[in-house]
Amino acid sequence: MNRLDAAFSALADPTRRAILARLALGETTVMELARPFEMTQPAVSRHLKVLEEAGLITRRIEGTKRPCRLAPGALEEIDKWLAMLRRALEANYDRLDQLLAEMEASKEDGQT
Amino acid sequence: MTKLTLTLEGDTHILATRRFKASPKAVYRAHTETELIQKWLLGPEGWIMPVCINDPRPGGKFRYEWTDGQGGELALTGEFVTLEPFSRIVHIERFHMPDVTPDNRVETRFEADGAGTLMTMRMTLPDAATREAMLAVGMEEGMEASYARLDAMPG
Repeated sequence: MNRLDAAFSALADPTRRAILARLALGETTVMELARPFEMTQPAVSRHLKVLEEAGLITRRIEGTKRPCRLAPGALEEIDKWLAMLRRALEANYDRLDQLLAEMEASKEDGQT
Repeated sequence: MTKLTLTLEGDTHILATRRFKASPKAVYRAHTETELIQKWLLGPEGWIMPVCINDPRPGGKFRYEWTDGQGGELALTGEFVTLEPFSRIVHIERFHMPDVTPDNRVETRFEADGAGTLMTMRMTLPDAATREAMLAVGMEEGMEASYARLDAMPG
């Protein structure tokens, strides 16, 4: 529960979502992350700390660097996204089917 | 016959197709006429759309706002680019969550399919990173759904 709570608040920030999106492409360093986001390395490090504590990323030590990557399982949640978009669209289009049927019926009744 | 398909295409596109029993004209109208849009473009169960403003002509703007009545709010704004009655609509949209999402260019085509309609919707995000970021947003929503399920579980 605490971990889910931490993950949820970690994801509420657009920069951290963007960092995760970048990490979805592969392991990277703080320096490489800071560049496209036009942020200082300490600022990126603060976001990474939040993501790490939320269990969304893992970091290892390689000399003076601490490259980070998506935690195993984090991507499974991402894979669920298409299914969620599908559910929202399906709910919309099921309602639209019904509306179109009503439009057709009122046309047959000679109404506008 | 009405089943939705949803696929990722290339690095920046999302493609959706859906068949309808109604004519392309009726489906097109339901996508452009304000009072019709407000009846179906509601997203997940339980959400309503108190604000539905749109001006369906090239350059015309739209603003849709949804609420779940429990503090959840979402807005979508955008502009119409092209309208070809009753076969094609191109528009640009962005969500306000309240952070503004990058522009999503949406082309929707309505083709006759027997007595009905084949609708093809192609979303184009500015770049691969944006589409990936959208996936991460979905992740957040997935966790929200999990929370809702947790809330529903008996103590």
